Amino acid sequence: MSETGKPISRIDGRMKVSGKATYSAEFNQPNMAYAFPVRATIAKGKIASIDDAVAQKEPGVIAVISYKNALKLTPLDMQAQMKAGAGFLGENLPPLQDDIVHYPGQFIAVIVAETYEQGRAAAYKLKVRYTVEKGAVDLKTELPNSKKPKMFMGEEAQVNEGQAAAPLAAASQKVDHTYSTPAEHHHPMEPHATVAVWEGPNKLTLYDATQGVGLTSSIAAYFLGLKAENVNVIAPFVGGGFGSKGLWLHTLLVAMAAKAASRPVKLALTRQMMQTNVGHRAATIQRVALGTDAAGKLSVVRHHTDTYNNLTQFFEPSGKQSLVLYQAPLREVTYNVAQLNRSTPTFMRAPGETPGTFALESAMDEMAYQLKMDPIEFRIKNHTTKDPMKGHDFSSEFLVDCYRIGAERFGWSSRSMQPRQKRNGKYLVGYGMATATYPGGRSAASVKVHMNSKGDVTVMTASIDIGTGTYTVLAQTAADALGVPVDRIDVKIGDSSLPPAPLAGGSQTTASIHPAALEACMLLRKELAALAIADPASKLNGRKPEEIGYADGKLFVKGDDQKADTYLNILSRAKRSEIEACATTLPVSGAGLTVPSALCTPSQTPPEQNSDTKQYAFHSFGAQFAEVWVDEDFGTIRVKRFTSVQDVGRIMNEKTARSQIIGGVIFGIGAALMEATEYDKRWGNPVTRTLADYHVPVHLDVPPIDVHFIGKPDPHISPIGARGIGEIGITGVSAAIANAVFNATGKRLRDLPLTPEKFFDV
Amino acid sequence: MRPFKYSTAPDPATAIGLVSANPTAKYLGGGTNLVDLMKEDVMRPAELVDVSRLKYAKIEKKGSGVSIGATATNAFTANDDLIRENYPLLAMAILAGASAQIRNMATNGGNLNQRTRCSYFYDVNMPCNKREPGTGCGALHGVNKNHAIFGWSEKCVATYPSDMAVALAALNAVVQVEGVNNTKRSIPFADFHRLPGDHPELDNNLKQGEFITSIDLPANKFAEKSYYLKIRERSSYAFALVSVAAALVTDGNKIKEVRIALGGVAHKPWRASVAEQWLIGKHATEANFKAAAAAELKNAQPLQHNKYKVALAAKAIIRALEGAMQGGAYGTMEADSTSKN
Repeated sequence: MSETGKPISRIDGRMKVSGKATYSAEFNQPNMAYAFPVRATIAKGKIASIDDAVAQKEPGVIAVISYKNALKLTPLDMQAQMKAGAGFLGENLPPLQDDIVHYPGQFIAVIVAETYEQGRAAAYKLKVRYTVEKGAVDLKTELPNSKKPKMFMGEEAQVNEGQAAAPLAAASQKVDHTYSTPAEHHHPMEPHATVAVWEGPNKLTLYDATQGVGLTSSIAAYFLGLKAENVNVIAPFVGGGFGSKGLWLHTLLVAMAAKAASRPVKLALTRQMMQTNVGHRAATIQRVALGTDAAGKLSVVRHHTDTYNNLTQFFEPSGKQSLVLYQAPLREVTYNVAQLNRSTPTFMRAPGETPGTFALESAMDEMAYQLKMDPIEFRIKNHTTKDPMKGHDFSSEFLVDCYRIGAERFGWSSRSMQPRQKRNGKYLVGYGMATATYPGGRSAASVKVHMNSKGDVTVMTASIDIGTGTYTVLAQTAADALGVPVDRIDVKIGDSSLPPAPLAGGSQTTASIHPAALEACMLLRKELAALAIADPASKLNGRKPEEIGYADGKLFVKGDDQKADTYLNILSRAKRSEIEACATTLPVSGAGLTVPSALCTPSQTPPEQNSDTKQYAFHSFGAQFAEVWVDEDFGTIRVKRFTSVQDVGRIMNEKTARSQIIGGVIFGIGAALMEATEYDKRWGNPVTRTLADYHVPVHLDVPPIDVHFIGKPDPHISPIGARGIGEIGITGVSAAIANAVFNATGKRLRDLPLTPEKFFDV
Repeated sequence: MRPFKYSTAPDPATAIGLVSANPTAKYLGGGTNLVDLMKEDVMRPAELVDVSRLKYAKIEKKGSGVSIGATATNAFTANDDLIRENYPLLAMAILAGASAQIRNMATNGGNLNQRTRCSYFYDVNMPCNKREPGTGCGALHGVNKNHAIFGWSEKCVATYPSDMAVALAALNAVVQVEGVNNTKRSIPFADFHRLPGDHPELDNNLKQGEFITSIDLPANKFAEKSYYLKIRERSSYAFALVSVAAALVTDGNKIKEVRIALGGVAHKPWRASVAEQWLIGKHATEANFKAAAAAELKNAQPLQHNKYKVALAAKAIIRALEGAMQGGAYGTMEADSTSKN
């Protein structure tokens, strides 16, 4: 493999920086109108009346749509939705179907107008009256009414409930503290936007900023009562998603608006709407207790989470990593979930692990300190090579190497265990570390490969590049698998009419589509070989397929590369203007099998290399190290440098992979130090509504970040050996920073984000 | 946003005439705040008179001081040699504000006219006496971590967001204003912005149509010992939790003159006159700085979520005075940009 792993720059980078990459809001159509949503101003209640007389007469207004006149959508029905691959509507609330208000900011009407500004101006003129009911708007207030969900995403939600009490009481050493994390928002750079074009009464095209064109097609089709193949979703470029770009209600709204207006319609969300209408990470209150024997061996891990949801089965699964990390005979992981009249929580970069590793890895640091052990040695002492719940071996696991290499690169040995030992001028300096982990998911995927008579190759799959590098790494895989240069390879993704691929979520794109690309390329070579073998004019005539190798755009007899035939000559003599192959890879786990009718040639990968979750546990691991400088007078914390060592399987492109980890670490710095969505406790509205109030790191907040990959291919996830990399970078970061703050100051801060006022509260 | 009439005035008299004649008209400078507020429907001017091209962009000597034009941009002002040499405190404060892009657009006159960033003011679905008199103050019993600890009223607890204005308050700037029929008046900076009282809808004492032509800086001897300290949640592009403009004139170690103004703590830049008076004639020591800060903060009235500001402001006053004593050299002790170390 010569191209795979190379740190080549993005093949679409030039288009992006020169403005030639087209994002969904830029797919302007002839005769296009604009939709602007109107949103509820109460937390709970009913719409008593909607008076649109004034709004209707505003300049440019084409239609005012509310529950009174909206298109009737297919009702919610989880079984039917799952069958149709339409299970994951962002929030379970098909828009404008009734008069009920579930949270502040809910879409209750949409104005369709000739221009965006006319739509927005008319929206102010819609008169809405409500019958207000008392809403549940505060987590702590609602906790007494919370429920204990039985299941989370098909797994048992409450594990060993109540069983930790006895071993904790018997433990020689114990820590037991409460950690809390705020609501957070994804805020990708590109705001959500959709352009809807009805191509006929039953045929729709959506240019949509989405993390999954297939997913969006299936869900939109279900609710609009169409066939999925008649809803073409196109998203060649997406400016970040982080979990917020599933199918949210604006995508249905704009399809409804376009139908009502009989015109193409664009709907672009404002940044303020992104603070409500496209999901968020729910706040958590986590209580973590650890017990060890006198020597520091963990006997018990207990991790309880209080959180909330609304209009979804999803809740922030912040106990996840506590079922995977460390040897301990007993672990108890439980959840209480309240229901709030707040916008719907959803997946956000490393859902669960991001807040969860803050709690668990802070607790590990507290215990190490109590035991007077080095935090790394404490972790190594309790390291597990097996999934502690299922007992399976990890498919490939180098966590201890991550600790040791990270410690070496970071200079961990100069850390003093006692806090407040290192100063630089006004600043207290501290070091902290934490473990990173995220599951290594893989789903079914199909990839088609096409070669024309000039030798140009096109790789096609309904995957997506949300800024991660999908275009580039696919080209690299195909280049190696066909023996052609990367610059002869065109990648077509982001179109639901292409062979199906999983959504870009759960860190699974690379793990899923590359085995299929590899397989499709192999099928294409086989077919070329068959043509050559059958052709008397070929030097390969009469050879057996297994004798034939490939390189540099040709096939040759292994061990005698003089006996060769170029792809172009083979095609030319066969009078073929093109050749193509399509493969579907099916992991043993069965994940991602929603549209069997679209399958191509199924792969024949041996189970040992095919993500057999009954044999192995698939997880990525890493170690995060932070140096912080704290100005104790002001409570200001700066991360001065960061080291991240990651065990994520094979690295497909050293540059895009590094960027993913750097992005994750920056996201983690944001979570640790500044990101928080605050809500008014009386009315439930968010008060951090814009990027001026919701702080994310600026350049000066981001230190040099040293990224190192273990790089050992996972032999069991796929023949390629790559696990996903999108999420693990953020995990453990906030704990590493908070642990460093403790090392610097002796103050243990357990409530994120670590904004200056937290210092004054301690 | 709502439709509005837009015009560019050829000269100041026309601009002043247009805005004076229409109570719903506003001047448009860089638009960095007003246009945002219009998009959010917080401000609904029916007419905008663009004054950004009027010839009030000069920074020049005036008497023994310096006059800065109202339509000069913040960036231009902060980088002007006259300002950097004579009023480094102002340059430092301006550069602590907003982002490079915003400073390139924002005008000096506009900076003094910007509105609070209180989120209840910005959200038209929330009560706010400043936006809609009589609806109540959402922040008083709401999320008020970023709000005032001095000078607030039951009607409004908002803070004034500008960094530039904090330095101008410390420097005893004078705002030059022109009204209809060529009427001119000078407003001492301390009297320019208002405390909320019963009329939080009024941020300052300008009358409808009055146009800021320049901001005059009197001569002073503070250039060698001044410092602007801004504490915020991230290293740049964030409003101050607390900021301090500090300037000193000393005779040996004895304080002859001192100016201290605080940002992020009140409805207007807050001159710490209690601390100033306490320090006059005393030695410039940490203990004295501490005592002066404590004397000032004794009068603070924090809200539910901003008690931290009292301790933070005290520490910030001390550090800013120390910074001023050390010559206020850029980067030597900026609390919030440690990357230079």
